[in-house]
Amino acid sequence: MNTSGRTSTPAILAFGAMALAVIWVGQAQSWSLALSILNYCVIAAIMSLGLNVQWGYAGLFNVGLMGFAALGGMAAVLVSMPPTQQAWQAGGPALLTAMLMALITIIAAIVVYKIFQPGGRRHLVMTLVMMAGLIASRWFFDPAVKAIESVDPSRTGYLGGAGLPILISWVVGGLLAAAAAWLIGKITLGLRADYLAIATLGISEIVLSMLRYEEWLTRGVKNVNGLPRPVPYEVDIQQSQWGLAWASKLGANVQDFASIVVKLSYLGLSLLVLAILFWLCQAALKSPWGRMMRAIRDNETAAEAMGKDVKRRHLQVFVLGSAVIGLAGAMMVTLDGQFTPNSYNPLRFTFLIWVMVIVGGSGNNLGAILGGFMIWFFWVQAEPIGLWVMEVGTSWMSPENPLRKHLLESAAHMRLMIMGLILLLTLRFRPRGILPERNDIGRH
Amino acid sequence: MQDLLNALVLLANFVFIPATAYGSQLALGALGVTLVYGILRFSNFAHGDTMAFGTMVVILLTWWFQSKGIGLGVLPTALMGIPVAILLTACFVLLTDRWVYRYHRQKKAPSVVFLIASIGVMFLMNGVVRFVIGPGDQRFEDGERFIITARAFREWSGLNEGMVFRTSQGLSIAVALLVVIALFWFLEKTRTGKSMRAYSDNENLALLSGINPERVVMITWILSAALATIAGTLYGLDKGFRPFTYFQLLLPIFAAAIVGGLGSPLGAIAGGFIVAFSEVVLTYAYKKFFTYLLPDEWAPDGLMQLLSTDYKFAISFVILVLVLLIRPTGIFGGKST
Amino acid sequence: MSFLVGQNMTGGYGAADILHHCTIGVEQGEIAVIVGPNGAGKSTAMKALFGMLSLRQGEVLLNGENITTLSPQARVLKGMSFVPQTHNVFPSMSVEENLEMGAFIRRDDFTATMAQIYDLFPVLKEKRRQPAGQLSGGQRQQVAVGRALMTQPKVLMLDEPTAGVSPIVMDELFDRIIDVARTGIAILMVEQNARQALQIADKGYVLVQGSNRYTDTGEALLANPDVRRSFLGGQ
Repeated sequence: MNTSGRTSTPAILAFGAMALAVIWVGQAQSWSLALSILNYCVIAAIMSLGLNVQWGYAGLFNVGLMGFAALGGMAAVLVSMPPTQQAWQAGGPALLTAMLMALITIIAAIVVYKIFQPGGRRHLVMTLVMMAGLIASRWFFDPAVKAIESVDPSRTGYLGGAGLPILISWVVGGLLAAAAAWLIGKITLGLRADYLAIATLGISEIVLSMLRYEEWLTRGVKNVNGLPRPVPYEVDIQQSQWGLAWASKLGANVQDFASIVVKLSYLGLSLLVLAILFWLCQAALKSPWGRMMRAIRDNETAAEAMGKDVKRRHLQVFVLGSAVIGLAGAMMVTLDGQFTPNSYNPLRFTFLIWVMVIVGGSGNNLGAILGGFMIWFFWVQAEPIGLWVMEVGTSWMSPENPLRKHLLESAAHMRLMIMGLILLLTLRFRPRGILPERNDIGRH
Repeated sequence: MQDLLNALVLLANFVFIPATAYGSQLALGALGVTLVYGILRFSNFAHGDTMAFGTMVVILLTWWFQSKGIGLGVLPTALMGIPVAILLTACFVLLTDRWVYRYHRQKKAPSVVFLIASIGVMFLMNGVVRFVIGPGDQRFEDGERFIITARAFREWSGLNEGMVFRTSQGLSIAVALLVVIALFWFLEKTRTGKSMRAYSDNENLALLSGINPERVVMITWILSAALATIAGTLYGLDKGFRPFTYFQLLLPIFAAAIVGGLGSPLGAIAGGFIVAFSEVVLTYAYKKFFTYLLPDEWAPDGLMQLLSTDYKFAISFVILVLVLLIRPTGIFGGKST
Repeated sequence: MSFLVGQNMTGGYGAADILHHCTIGVEQGEIAVIVGPNGAGKSTAMKALFGMLSLRQGEVLLNGENITTLSPQARVLKGMSFVPQTHNVFPSMSVEENLEMGAFIRRDDFTATMAQIYDLFPVLKEKRRQPAGQLSGGQRQQVAVGRALMTQPKVLMLDEPTAGVSPIVMDELFDRIIDVARTGIAILMVEQNARQALQIADKGYVLVQGSNRYTDTGEALLANPDVRRSFLGGQ
């Protein structure tokens, strides 16, 4: 159990090394870049924390992180973008009718399930009901979608959002992800680790498919740009009184200054969220609830025999962890200022966060955060470093040498290889991660 | 009568033949996964990228052959590259076993650890493939493209609809059939194959019977590499090669293996076809089909498509979840632990 | 000295010793039975003879040769065979394939041996293409024994072969075991059904808490009033 107040030496060293690395980037490249990276590090750390809650506390193998983060991002769009009045008029009612149909179908299916005896007849009737429902709702859905998407497709072509401040979407994102997790968890949490992995992977693929192709919802792959911000715009700072005054006082270029102020503001917000979440997670870990969760994880059969409702606990953990991930997803889209479904690539996303948790230390919240910082930092820097290594390594070749050209072009892909190596080496030589779980009962 | 025939040809062309070809490719992929699961007892998440690796080697060899003017005439040159590609892929895979999985085997680590390790191997392989051949599309088919062209068919049958049978489709079906027969012969009739089935069935008893575990493991990896390379090449010839696509194939391949019953080779094949047919049947736009069959007044306006093709993966996934909930050991009752 | 003997065996699976100076031996063509209360270390003693646990003290000799340090697979090569209590067949493989796997270490033609096994267990010949997992409990035990006999062992060790089978099947199994012994194979058996087992035993070992309490012929043990009172339920 983490004794409060006292951080261990490895943790201090590791975080210290991180800080130095960030400072080095600031010096060698640019402070703006360093802060950018740091901002994403914090978000990665939050996602890592969310995954750690699921994996470290309860041993749940969730490979569908991307889907939950994307739902959070979707929340950011749906909360903050202004509603497209025309689209609502054109297709709103029909769309709502379609959803009503779908709801009725689901209720009807459940009723059939309860009334009929188990067997072939019940399956047949349920299938018929669902097919009828599918056809009925598609009847309204298809024309509605067409109408909505044809409203000014280059700029909108979708329903828009609620026009509320974007910070609210952080909470909404978390809630949305939690709701989805509850539904998914109810269905799939009874499955074994690798089955759960594949099931969650499949679900996130479906969520992503929906976001990519249901343009009426979030413009699909046309992306939503220009999301409203919780912090001031650089342009405004550059033109403001205090902006110009401070910039000259610090002897800095006013554009750089504005950019750094904006990034620092984001950083402040994210660090606040991270700190709150970390405190909550630590509290949960040390509480009786947390102890019980780990007892269940370490010996599920024994826990069940003692009367603990394992399924319910797992569901709780799954929902909580996913909520955190959804929150982080909303934060990320806020930081980007845009929602791009195609950027949710499982390799760059889901599996990367898994590496963060494993390398940082599964079961240890601080470890998850450290893993988030370290691995994200490395992921971003690996490309320029790899390029630099390649250039040095091939400097003796002529610039026209096709091998040299190819190596330079491909330097970026080295980071995938190195990430794989890091994971494998960690599993072999330090399976519990850099900051292992305290008081763990020998999982590996 | 003409309309009925046209409708049938339409279905053959856009549903039956593509689904059979895709099913053959999935079946081979699922066989690789199910073998590793049955014998090494873990789900190998790196299998999709193993397929990509094998196909990459085939592509490089194909380009080399083509540059030397060596070809197979009517058949794709790629086929010549398969044996060497299998060799190289097998070496790579055996190295990963030696340096990664063996350590955890000796430690008797739980199956989850192997799963995570396979994710690491996946990253590695993915990086290697992209590093060597880049992340973009590569086409490498040559030789005769069609076994039956649309025009030839129309001329022969006098029908409106032309049925196309591409070489890549025919190859997928034929090669898959050959491979499956060979594999089953190996497993059912040879001493080594039987020893592998025995090891999969009851590891302790197999050890007691004097079966060498390291040898069984080695052969499993070699077979898995071979199946991955062949499946990947057939898929690539049919639909083009892009590293990311092979990673995405993990989902339908695992769905196929699980539906059939993890650990059961017969199940993998059945599962492959079930998943393939479901994907194609549920995403085909039946408008023309109904137009042929129904009288003119009832001809449909809309596409008559149940689900958009974008949701292909959703179908594999739904099938997968249904099977896991209703009958977790799959159709042929594979292993559940 | 016995053909197979474990002398003065002391050891266990981990830190705690289960066996204390235990001695078990069997002659060729003889049936030796190990009985005793639960937890007496009966299965442990047999596993020790097969090399499935390491002994702190004592030794195992096969036909005079010291095999104490050999692994179980190596002991199979020396002519020993072991039938575990559970999971003792390959369930998805046919009866015939199970027998083939039994003969895995043999490089010569084993069709003659298989014919012998079929003679010994006619029901196996009848069901030889059926998956072993589909057979009844008693038939599965026959497959398990048949599998073990395919190496033409000199010693056959059975761990509670009649566990969980009905009395009729148990009688039939014991008849078969007697047939096997008649072919000259040394048979060592751990049994819960002490009375029936001792009835067919040439030699009986009663183990209590890991050491020998009574050692005698089966007949004598059955007649022994102390043994009767403690382990055979009176009468």
